[in-house]
Amino acid sequence: MSETIQFHYDVDGENFTSAGEASVQIKQKLRQLGFTPDIIRRVSIAMYEGEINMVIHAGGGVADVFVDPESIKIILEDHGPGISDISLAMQEGFSTATDTVRSLGFGAGMGLPNMKRYTDSMEIDSELGKGTKITMVVNVPI
Amino acid sequence: MTEYKHSVSLDIEKCKGCTNCLKRCPTEAIRIRNGHAVINSSRCIDCGECIRICPYKAKKAISDKLDAIKDFKWKIALPAPSLYGQFDSLDEIDYVLQGLLDLGFDDVFEVARAAELVSGYTRRYINRPNSIKPVISSACPVIVRLISLRFPYLCDNVMPLQPPMEIAAMLAKKQALEKNPDLCESDIATCFISPCPAKVSYVKNDATDKKSYVDCVVSMSDIYFSLLGVMKKAKPLLPLSRSGMIGIGWASTGGESSAIFNDKYLAADGIENVMKVLDQIDNGTFPDLEFIELNACNGGCVGGTMAVENPYIAKARLQTLKRYLPVSQNWNRKTAGEDDFYIPDDYIIQSELEYKPVSQLANDTNEAIKKMADIQAVREQLPDLDCGSCGAPTCQAFAYDVVKGEASEDECIVKMRMRIKELLKSDYAKPEKESAENDSK
Repeated sequence: MSETIQFHYDVDGENFTSAGEASVQIKQKLRQLGFTPDIIRRVSIAMYEGEINMVIHAGGGVADVFVDPESIKIILEDHGPGISDISLAMQEGFSTATDTVRSLGFGAGMGLPNMKRYTDSMEIDSELGKGTKITMVVNVPI
Repeated sequence: MTEYKHSVSLDIEKCKGCTNCLKRCPTEAIRIRNGHAVINSSRCIDCGECIRICPYKAKKAISDKLDAIKDFKWKIALPAPSLYGQFDSLDEIDYVLQGLLDLGFDDVFEVARAAELVSGYTRRYINRPNSIKPVISSACPVIVRLISLRFPYLCDNVMPLQPPMEIAAMLAKKQALEKNPDLCESDIATCFISPCPAKVSYVKNDATDKKSYVDCVVSMSDIYFSLLGVMKKAKPLLPLSRSGMIGIGWASTGGESSAIFNDKYLAADGIENVMKVLDQIDNGTFPDLEFIELNACNGGCVGGTMAVENPYIAKARLQTLKRYLPVSQNWNRKTAGEDDFYIPDDYIIQSELEYKPVSQLANDTNEAIKKMADIQAVREQLPDLDCGSCGAPTCQAFAYDVVKGEASEDECIVKMRMRIKELLKSDYAKPEKESAENDSK
C-alpha cells in the first residue's frame, strides 16, 4: 500500500509580497520526503505560477497538495471571476493582468502555459463569476 | 560520508542554554539539549549567525594559531582584501603587507591579486555559451554549502572556479619555489588571514576535490593587535602591493559583480536575503541575469565574524584606499592555441557540487510519507508559539525531532502546563466534594 499525505495552504489574496510562500513550503516538504531535485523543481514552479495567478486574478484561494510515492497532485481552487476562454488563456503571452500588476513584473502571460509545461497533466475547471479549479499532476518516474 | 568539520563551535561552560542562537540559525541546525546548545554538524553551514547573536560569547570560531606554522622554512601570508579595511587612517596597503613580514612571514601574497585573476576567468566562464545562467559565484563557502544542502536544482549554476584564497595559495607556493630553488614543497606553509570561520572549515574539509593549498587559516581578529603593533614602525616602505580596485573590491558585496563588466548581475548579502534570492531563482521566476554574487555576511567579507571593524566602516575605508589604484594589476594572459573561453585546469573545481539531502526523513518515499504524517499529527497538538523552550526552534522542528526519536512530546512546556492545570482541576475537585459531604453529615 502506498501512503498519501495532504498539505493544505491558504493563499492570501491581499498580499503580493507573500505570494509564493506555499510553493517555498511545499519545496521543503518534498525535499524531506526525498523526491529528486527535478520533481521538486517542477512541482514548485507549477505551484508558484498557480499561486501568483490566484493572487493576481482571484483575490487568493486555497492550494491542496496530495503526495504519494508515484505522483504529486496539486489542486488550486479560487472563487475569482473565472476564465472566459480557456484556450486563449493557455496561449503564451496572453494576459488579462492590469498595468499595476505588470509593473510589478507579473502578468507576462506565461503562468498557465508554464503550469502545463512543468506538469504531466493539467485540468482547468472554470465557471464565469464562480471561480476556477485547476488540477495538476506530476508523475514520479520509478 | 565523513563528518563535516566545523569552525563554529561551542564553549559549554559559557552556554546558558538560552534560545538566541536556536532562533537565529538559518538552517535550524541548533537544538538545546541538557541545558546547552548542540550544533548538528551535517546541517551547519558555518555562517556565523550564532556567534553574532550569542550574548554570552559561548559560540566561537576556531581557527589556527600562528604557532602552527612556526617550524616551516618559508611562511607566506595570504591577507584577505578585507584586512586592509580594518585599520584607521591607513593610506597605503604596503603598511599592512610590511607589517605581516615584520611579524615573521617570509613573503606575502595578496588574495586580492588572485581575486583579479578569478574575475578574469569569471568573465570567460560567463561568456561560455554552455554555462548555466545565472552563474552563481563560488567564492563564499557558506553559500556553496547552503546550495548543496537546500537548493539541489541550483548546484549546476554554481561556477566551478576555485575561490581567490585557493588560487592565491597555489600561486604563492609556485612563486616561492621559483624564487628559492633550494626550497621544496614541504618547506612552505601558506597562511590565510581570514575574516571568516567558513574559510577555516573549507580548508579543514578539503571542500573541493583535492587537498587545499592553504596550510593554515588565522583569524583576522587574532592577528590584529600584533599586526597593529609592528605597523607603527616608521621605516621607508617597499612597494609590495600588487592589487587594484577589482581585487580590493571583492572585500565587500558588489565588488566581485562589478568586475564582470556586465550589468546583468545581482549582488546580495545577509543569509536571509540570500535564501530568498535562491528560492526565487529556484522557482524560475527571476529576471534575466547572468551573474549572481551571494555573500552570507552583511556587507560581504568585511562583515565576517573574525573581522574586527564594523563592516560598513571597513567598506568606507576600502573605498578611500582603492581610489587611486589601477582597475586591475593582474590580468589573465591569453594562452596560445586556446580560445577566448579558456580557463586553466588548476583554476577549476573538478568535482561536481553534490546535493546532500540532510533533511530527508527516510530513503524510501513511502516510509518518509508515513513519518511526515506522524509529524503532522504531533504538530497539530502543539501550541504554535515557536517559543523554543523545548529546545527546538519551532513547533514544526520539534514535531520533526519527536518523530525522529530525538525528543519527547513531554518536553513541550506549554502542553505540560495545560496538563498540570487539568490535573489540578480534577485533584481539587475531589476534596472539595468530600468536605461538602462531611459538612452535611
